[in-house]
Amino acid sequence: MAIAEQNTIPLAAPTFSDNNIVEVKGVSKFYEPDIQALLDINLGFPKGQMTTLLGPSGCGKTTLLKIIAGLLEPTEGDVFVNGQLVTGPGPERAFVFQDFALMPWATVLRNVSFGLELRGMAKDERYEIARRYITNVGLEGFGEKYPHELSGGMRQRVGLARAMAVDADVLMMDEPFSAVDEQTRRQFQEDLLNLLSIEKKTVLFVTHSIEEAVYVSDQIVLLSPRPGRINKTVRPDIDHAASSDEIRRGKNYLDSVEEIWHELKGYLE
Amino acid sequence: MKIFGFQIPSVFSLLIWAGVWEVIGQLEWVFIFPPLSGVLIELWDLVGTNAFHKASISTLKSFCYGMFFAITGGVSLGFFMGRVDAANKLLGMWVNIFASAPLSSLVPVLILLFGLGQTTIIVTVVLFAIWIITLDTLAGIKHVSPSLIEMGQSFGASRWNLLYKILFWAALPEILAGIRMGFIRAVKGVIIGQLLVSIIDFGQMFATFSRNLYMEEFWALTLVLFVFALGISSLIGEMEKRVEYYAGVRD
Repeated sequence: MAIAEQNTIPLAAPTFSDNNIVEVKGVSKFYEPDIQALLDINLGFPKGQMTTLLGPSGCGKTTLLKIIAGLLEPTEGDVFVNGQLVTGPGPERAFVFQDFALMPWATVLRNVSFGLELRGMAKDERYEIARRYITNVGLEGFGEKYPHELSGGMRQRVGLARAMAVDADVLMMDEPFSAVDEQTRRQFQEDLLNLLSIEKKTVLFVTHSIEEAVYVSDQIVLLSPRPGRINKTVRPDIDHAASSDEIRRGKNYLDSVEEIWHELKGYLE
Repeated sequence: MKIFGFQIPSVFSLLIWAGVWEVIGQLEWVFIFPPLSGVLIELWDLVGTNAFHKASISTLKSFCYGMFFAITGGVSLGFFMGRVDAANKLLGMWVNIFASAPLSSLVPVLILLFGLGQTTIIVTVVLFAIWIITLDTLAGIKHVSPSLIEMGQSFGASRWNLLYKILFWAALPEILAGIRMGFIRAVKGVIIGQLLVSIIDFGQMFATFSRNLYMEEFWALTLVLFVFALGISSLIGEMEKRVEYYAGVRD
């Protein structure tokens, strides 16, 4: 306990502005009276930017993402999206799941169009939109395949296309690349950035990989181990228009990775 | 099965046992085993009789009505228990007891309640089949990946949509397995019901044949029912194969 107190760093001041599409105010989550997953989180997610929640396993980053998604209720505090109080899932938010959450009995086309199907869109219309996004995520020609016929990386592309197809303002991605191999992961990160530069979405990203966080994010929020608290916010200030190699060799990238590692190392001691 | 490196089709095993039966029957060792050839000739005659037609139609009717109630009831109950924890806690023990209890002993009580007729047979079929369907549906619902449910919710699925667009399909492999086992139990149920009620249909025929030691007729009728049960089971098995491709890849 003494060690934990030693490492506690004053909470980051809440930064709310009109620019934030998602605002988290005083959110805490207790699973049982004595298990605190999150404690007093105050956080703003700027519109059109990619914010990553980074921290060790069990720090509540996925819990926070699910609270914002409206899939979990906070014990205390509120979440606002576009100024509206979140009381459950909404059409302005779309979720990409760690384990893909694809329907194995449905084709890629039906999976991708599923969000639109639930909104009652006509079949022709939703299939047309789905086909466009299947192409955009690089799966052209795979529309009639079933998930078990695809590799892990391709399945997550289906998950991404499904989230994009509903045209939500906010994309929430829960460790989307953790179940795919490293080369697929890197390719996927680049493709994601390219896609986002066209689509202009706000992305909330959860990962435990420092390199991934720095590579893809505009803003990185470091969470402390349980109970999860905001420890620090880092803005790597990386020019995402540059090539992958330039980014990974750039000073800002390397400094940010180092800074975050230094911060996270504190939890291990 | 392989003999001397040659693949032997499984139907050969059936033929071998049929041969053994024929030999034992011809040797007249045990009177309850008449030769298979005699049984088959009797089967041919039996299938042509009016009594058999009448019994078949009536039995099939009881069977279908019973299975209809068992499937709709069992699947609904399984869904309900799978989605409402309190219901599972309240009913789980009873469903398990009924699934493993010797239900034949309840038939006399059913006769008292529903009389010596088709209603009793239908209720017996339901009682025999419903519990395994309930338990398998429950297992299927519990097996559905939580993230698939969250996926539905996050895209705004209503409770009804979640039920029939996600949960039903995700649990379908287990539901079909339950229905297949339910069918096999229902065959037992319909015959045990008829035997205990004893004055109708196949039950009456069985009672007459065994009482009068008409062993050829007895075995002929038994064969008919075996083939029927096997046929139904293979039919559902085929349906199961069509969803098998995703049963193993859901996690």
